[in-house]
Amino acid sequence: MMEIGLNHYLVLSVILFCIGLVGVMRRKNLLLLFFATEILLNSVNIAFAAISHYYGDLTGQMFAFFVIAIAASEVAVGLGLLIVWYKRHNSIDLDAMTSMRG
Amino acid sequence: MFEAVAFYLFAFLTIAMFYITVTTKQALYALTALAAGMIFISAFFFILGADFLGVVQIIVYTGAVMALYAFGMMFFDTTREVKEKQGNKYIIVGLATLAAILVVVIFAAPMVSENIVALYPAMEGVGNTQMVGVVLFTKYLIPFEVAAIMLLVAMVAGIVLAGKKMDISLTLMSSDEIKENEEKNKKVLS
Repeated sequence: MMEIGLNHYLVLSVILFCIGLVGVMRRKNLLLLFFATEILLNSVNIAFAAISHYYGDLTGQMFAFFVIAIAASEVAVGLGLLIVWYKRHNSIDLDAMTSMRG
Repeated sequence: MFEAVAFYLFAFLTIAMFYITVTTKQALYALTALAAGMIFISAFFFILGADFLGVVQIIVYTGAVMALYAFGMMFFDTTREVKEKQGNKYIIVGLATLAAILVVVIFAAPMVSENIVALYPAMEGVGNTQMVGVVLFTKYLIPFEVAAIMLLVAMVAGIVLAGKKMDISLTLMSSDEIKENEEKNKKVLS
């Protein structure tokens, strides 16, 4: 079995990113759309941590922290907006969200 | 050897979990699969020596974010399935092209990046958590503070958005008042 290198992690990150993209493209349920964005952010975090490890540099880990912070605030605001939308329209279907009148 | 086994095992598990998340029809399965995938991702951080990042991954993602999503799922009527149209050929073709380009870029990246030097090289004999603290509070102090403010703003915004019309306490009202309130809300909402 060969040694695990940077490329292994980057390829894994790409695979996870593509799974997330598929989710973003074909999900119609808004909650599951949020799940797919979490997958995207996590795949990028793996790439950051792997580069940080193989170049012996901590900047990658720092960026991963900030990505996690952004993901947390995205969830807070996004879920609030989703609750407002659900209170008004009683559905979280993406196709029903065609007007921007709020 | 041990590293290779751990990497392939967790890579397989993570991909399987996230695949379930994007394909399943049940929102509950998607939530649990996503939480499991997040835990498995923290394993990669531990393998890579980023201990602090791994712990943060478990605490923030599976602790805070998944709890928020679980709350959201309790709020929404997730037993009712949202109809999802299937089979848009252009999306599949576009995704395949994008994936191929990404893989090519990934394999080409090390050739381009030969002359990268570490900006903040890891010190000898210092733990990861300590090192993260040193770098975070010397070089990245202002982004750290900005992230803190951003989290505060997001928290306040989330509470304001979700908490509209929650200024009345249902437990302190009589049943007549509650009914009256419901009718008033119906009028406002419709």
